[in-house]
Amino acid sequence: MSILIDKSTKLAVQGITGRDGSFHTKKMLEYGTHVVAGVTPGKGGEQVEGVPVFNTVKEAVEQTGANTSILFVPAKFAIDAIYEAGDAGIRLIVAVSEGIPALDMVKAVAFLDEKGSNLIGPNSPGIISPGKSKVGILPGQIFKQGSIGVISRSGTLTYEIVNHLTNAELGESTCLGIGGDPIIGLKFIDCLELFSKDEQTKGVVLIGEIGGSDEEEAAIYIKENFKKPVVSFIAGLTAPPGKRMGHAGAIVSGGTGTAAEKIKAFESVGVAVAKEPEEVVKLLKEKL
Amino acid sequence: MKIHEYQAKEIFKRFGIPVPDGKVATTPEEAEKIANELGAPLVVKAQVHVGGRGKAGGVKLVKTPEEAKEAASKILGLDIKGLTVKKVLITKAIDIKDEAYIGYIVDRRSKKPLVMVSAAGGIDIEEVARETPEKIHKFVIDPFYGLLPHQAMELALKLYNDIKLVRKAADVILKLYKAFISVDASLSEINPFVVTPDGEIWAVDAKINIDDNALVRHPDIEEMRDVTEAEKKELDAKSKGLSYIKLDGNIGCVVNGAGLAMATMDLIKKYGGEPANFLDIGGSSSPEKVVNALNILISDKNVKSIFFNIFGGITRCDDVANGIVEALSKLTINLPIVIKLAGTNEDEAKKILSQTELITAASMADGAKKSIEIAGK
Repeated sequence: MSILIDKSTKLAVQGITGRDGSFHTKKMLEYGTHVVAGVTPGKGGEQVEGVPVFNTVKEAVEQTGANTSILFVPAKFAIDAIYEAGDAGIRLIVAVSEGIPALDMVKAVAFLDEKGSNLIGPNSPGIISPGKSKVGILPGQIFKQGSIGVISRSGTLTYEIVNHLTNAELGESTCLGIGGDPIIGLKFIDCLELFSKDEQTKGVVLIGEIGGSDEEEAAIYIKENFKKPVVSFIAGLTAPPGKRMGHAGAIVSGGTGTAAEKIKAFESVGVAVAKEPEEVVKLLKEKL
Repeated sequence: MKIHEYQAKEIFKRFGIPVPDGKVATTPEEAEKIANELGAPLVVKAQVHVGGRGKAGGVKLVKTPEEAKEAASKILGLDIKGLTVKKVLITKAIDIKDEAYIGYIVDRRSKKPLVMVSAAGGIDIEEVARETPEKIHKFVIDPFYGLLPHQAMELALKLYNDIKLVRKAADVILKLYKAFISVDASLSEINPFVVTPDGEIWAVDAKINIDDNALVRHPDIEEMRDVTEAEKKELDAKSKGLSYIKLDGNIGCVVNGAGLAMATMDLIKKYGGEPANFLDIGGSSSPEKVVNALNILISDKNVKSIFFNIFGGITRCDDVANGIVEALSKLTINLPIVIKLAGTNEDEAKKILSQTELITAASMADGAKKSIEIAGK
């Protein structure tokens, strides 16, 4: 097994005719993802990398049975693309787009909740179940099918840690970036719940960073509900307060959201926190 | 983006929230002139983007225009938490009978707007939140319907017993919600929300932070941006697709990705060094971006060594290595450079770099240690 995506994933790429959309469609096809449709209004009838393009997500779903979508749409148009996917009955929407206003996301997330659709992101590198499917911009070749679930708020930091997991022959069941923005769809807790039910997953790596209280919420959830070993890494111990560290969600404000608090929250519930990315593997091996 | 109190008050006024009359001065003379216009008693308030101004000596009550001039001369130029005061707000002093708190945030937990009110307003609100959280009443707002009048009323009833005051406060709570939504704020608050002995209400202080992602649709607010020297460099970097924040150390960092950039800074600190900056050059790393990044680093005179930490994902490491070599050929850099490249085509990249004078690192930790050692020489 794995979570959220696998061999049955049928993907529609929203914004497939754009530069990033077409490039990553090619990469996802190479990885073995079933990319069944593309969507760009006005480009219906064309093909990108052999994938048929439709004018609307609804058409794409009707014609191809797409159940998952990924957005390579500029911030300005991304919000409606999310609504459109939800309206068309897409079950899992992955938003790579960056720069969507938080109050727009607030509404979109509430809308998708009503529709029963899951959202990953925005500002997410996507999700991969190694050997099965990749929906995102993650570099497929560094992953290896295995037993570790990885949930992260960032991109390249995740790759750095995954690279160590893969080299240590642990491999990954599913790895997903939940997004660097303050208002996101699936959060740490939601992913932990899915991983707890997934037989392939023997342990979880949780990669957090400064800002918000997702890690603290996850710590409480782990204490009460999560039985598999969890190892964490938190970035931003040296981040100055009040500054946005790249990601819109990575900001320490009014003394809350600090890395030190998050580390403390995890350690208090028995989650081992690595002092540097490489140490994740060692801590995980001790726990498995 | 943070805006000043006087700017937040301009926005409040637009939405009908009562704010005391006031004007901004940049010199003591100007402060005196404004004080004459407005009439004492007045308050002279430092306009800087940090809290705790009062405790830092940045807020003074004055009884005459001369005192206003004197207060302004003391406050202007004052350093408050590392920021120099360049503007003061001269505003009518309000008689305070009661101080409450009203605030809105975009709540990450509920993923909805959240309103908070407390009868225990004033300068110690953060302590109230920590020590006696039950004194802060919270309400999660449905983003589609917005805050409804009876909900505002229920909140106002937590603040006062007098129904006249309750109605006035409910009105302000609703107006502040409108302001919060209309300007795409990530936070907007009135603290203190003051009741005078005569039963008047005033927003005596005002704070609004704007969601950076929404600024494109608010050019009028973008114009309110007041940047310090350090922030100018950050904005200049941003216009080149780089995310840069200057710090006080001597090891310059160039990293692709924000999380990895933070982790790199943390690692330098862990091994006893001090990072000179946060710098995220983004997922892909073209030679042009590398050139721009290096230009920023070499303009920081504290920098003694540079640490490149690049994870080649979709972008191949050999491409990145070529980019770095190309960038270096265009610049004269006398600083030692340590590079750690990992990911796709890592070995090819190492071959390219071995032809250069760059110092390669086997891991992040190795790179951090090497750059610290060199910077110390």
